[in-house]
Amino acid sequence: MAQKEKDALSGVETTGHEWDGLRELNNPLPKWWLYIFYVCIAWALVYYVFYPAWPLGKSYTKGLLGYSQREEVVQKIAEGKKAQEKYLTAIAATSVEDIQKNKDLLAFAMAGGRSYFNENCAACHGAGGQGAKGFPTLADDVWLWGGTTADIYKTIQHGIRADDAETRGTVGMGMTAFGKDGILNKEQIGQVAEYVLSLNKRSTDAAAAEKGKAVYEENCVACHGDQAQGSVAAGIDVGAPPLVTANWLYGGDKASLVETITNGRAGVMPAWAKRLDDATVKSLAVYVHNLGGGK
Amino acid sequence: MTSATLTPGAALGSQRVSEDVRYYEDAVRLFVIAAVFWGVVGFLAGTFIALQLAFPALNLGLEWTSFGRLRPVHTSAVIFAFGGNVLFATSLYSVQRTSRQFLFGGEGLAKFIFWNYNIFIVLAALSYVLGYTQGKEYAEPEWILDLYLTVVWVLYAIQFIGTVMTRRESHIYVANWFFMAFILTVAILHLGNNVNVPVSLTGLKSYPFVSGVQSAMVQWWYGHNAVGFFLTAGFLGIMYYFVPKRAERPVYSYRLSIVHFWTLIFLYIWAGPHHLHYTSLPDWAQTLGMTFSVMLWMPSWGGMINGIMTLSGAWDKLRTDPVLRFLVTSVAFYGMSTFEGPLMSVKPVNALSHYTDWTVGHVHSGALGWVAFISFGAIYYLVPVLWKRSQLYSLRLVSYHFWTATIGIVLYITAMWVSGIMQGLMWRAYDNLGFLQYSFVETVAAMHPFYVIRAMGGVLFVTGALIMVYNLWRTAKGDVRIEKPYATAPHKAAVGAA
Repeated sequence: MAQKEKDALSGVETTGHEWDGLRELNNPLPKWWLYIFYVCIAWALVYYVFYPAWPLGKSYTKGLLGYSQREEVVQKIAEGKKAQEKYLTAIAATSVEDIQKNKDLLAFAMAGGRSYFNENCAACHGAGGQGAKGFPTLADDVWLWGGTTADIYKTIQHGIRADDAETRGTVGMGMTAFGKDGILNKEQIGQVAEYVLSLNKRSTDAAAAEKGKAVYEENCVACHGDQAQGSVAAGIDVGAPPLVTANWLYGGDKASLVETITNGRAGVMPAWAKRLDDATVKSLAVYVHNLGGGK
Repeated sequence: MTSATLTPGAALGSQRVSEDVRYYEDAVRLFVIAAVFWGVVGFLAGTFIALQLAFPALNLGLEWTSFGRLRPVHTSAVIFAFGGNVLFATSLYSVQRTSRQFLFGGEGLAKFIFWNYNIFIVLAALSYVLGYTQGKEYAEPEWILDLYLTVVWVLYAIQFIGTVMTRRESHIYVANWFFMAFILTVAILHLGNNVNVPVSLTGLKSYPFVSGVQSAMVQWWYGHNAVGFFLTAGFLGIMYYFVPKRAERPVYSYRLSIVHFWTLIFLYIWAGPHHLHYTSLPDWAQTLGMTFSVMLWMPSWGGMINGIMTLSGAWDKLRTDPVLRFLVTSVAFYGMSTFEGPLMSVKPVNALSHYTDWTVGHVHSGALGWVAFISFGAIYYLVPVLWKRSQLYSLRLVSYHFWTATIGIVLYITAMWVSGIMQGLMWRAYDNLGFLQYSFVETVAAMHPFYVIRAMGGVLFVTGALIMVYNLWRTAKGDVRIEKPYATAPHKAAVGAA
């Protein structure tokens, strides 16, 4: 038979059971504990009256407020769109040059462009358009396909070597792989690389550079221009970078140059007009133009 | 006679069924050793992946050492390897004493469970590193390992419940209710969430039987109740045995233990949908998940009240017994986490907290503060008993462990609060023209300093665990450190002075 004992310290009776020396006091449920528990239950019951709560076969109790999470988000997106509508319509109807001249539209396009850029472009071109190997810096004044707002707008719209009728360059075609395709031998490639280095006064082998000049004139002028000034400056629409600046898309040291000349290069950018609406693309063009190097 | 006076301190249980028969303790010793080993492994893995988040170069550029593969190694090591072995050790130790009965199925069965459970752990960890996973959080092992675990778990259920059923006490002690709820529900959860179709019988890959949002719901029914029944109910079983045992005081309220047990068991199982707020899960299911989580608040706190109030009349022991300090602090962390949980399940709060580091911090205040601390307390209690030593090698070292680990936890969770709330606010920040203020990578960059602080918290926690390993090793050897003992009864002196 269970024997109830009184705990000497608290004066409370035990339940009379004992396990391995362990006993239990017969204290009541703490009042505050019980009442808060009741309040939580009552809150839940009230909540069920107002909000969707209980499944009924293929339907469910809808609640007095008729709340729907999906409708709420659709409505919020619509509200957001409506708040921007005035600007978005104006931007869609205005040329990128004229957007730059309108203070209000410019401010809106810059704010939107920054946000869109971080979402869509920064993964390759870096935050603020700082660039990375193979992905041009957008904050300097070296442009492969033109640096005016209209040029940038077209590049973003149709991409580079992209699946788009008006894309820049040609799909699958970039700089020739002079080594891989057997047009130049290793010695010639070394010489022309030395010549390119000499354009920045970095050549350490004047004799090779001199020979490389001839190789350059025979093979490279058509795209990079007779002064190595790049296709934009030479008025050729092929996206060939200038070789006389300190900016290098794939690295400007001799090993990188040899690699580039041997294997060729053909960078690709998607045609964003297929993914983003026109106002967004225009905002991006304006934003990129204002990153620092726009012409 | 219906009333007698219970003297505090007189209730130390006997270690024997009768004068000449001992309880089975060999397997319990093995479980304790494994728990300590896996604890260190799991904490180290956690600290390493915390450092990977702060310094991505530590992924080492290898698939096997990348964060994605090591993260489940960490979670499985701490939850199932460390926590699991602690649960086996404590449950199989206490059920014999509270039932005055040997383990049902004998010592051999307990050892069989030990070896096979731990082989399962090793195989699971290897499979993660090699890239095999079901992709379900806390249920990563592929189907063949799930089947293996099922066998081990059923044997454990037979051994534990069999012991309770053949008990020589008329009533079942409260700790055993919690252990049984833990064992049964984990079995159901494991079976329910691992209904997978293998691609072939000779390969490891499998796919869940249900797909889409149903699959997500099954996963979080499992995931939340893994927390609820593995890390809460099971460890409440530990609390109900070791806190009154160490404090040498009766459990505060029998009635509270009954009411909070049944309400906890009933309400917990419905709370899973709060992991899927603002997803394609239907509104009504989200409502139920949220409201059941809020109703769960007080049932959870029932355990905290019973744990902490059991100390009434013995508070002075916290000053002189750092082992009890571990046990009681764990209950305090339990109270904090089980308030934070319902709070985070409320949809407007969840809209901010979901997918952020706040969730990670919440889990760790429960895992480090509650689960690990109560485990440390129980292990410090068990090792001298199991190795037949009169005392621990050093109580001072226990205290150093306590403070090192506590500072580690505080660094960890405060860093994650700040980082998580900042992250949530940055994600939802719009400028005055209605554009998102921050890109994702900007939020990641902003969290870097807090990732470093979090990793420092982890380093402290590991350091504490290593102090424990040393202390337990010397205890098992039978050494006693020469140190200043804690004053035995300072409160009496204080009372006398007053």
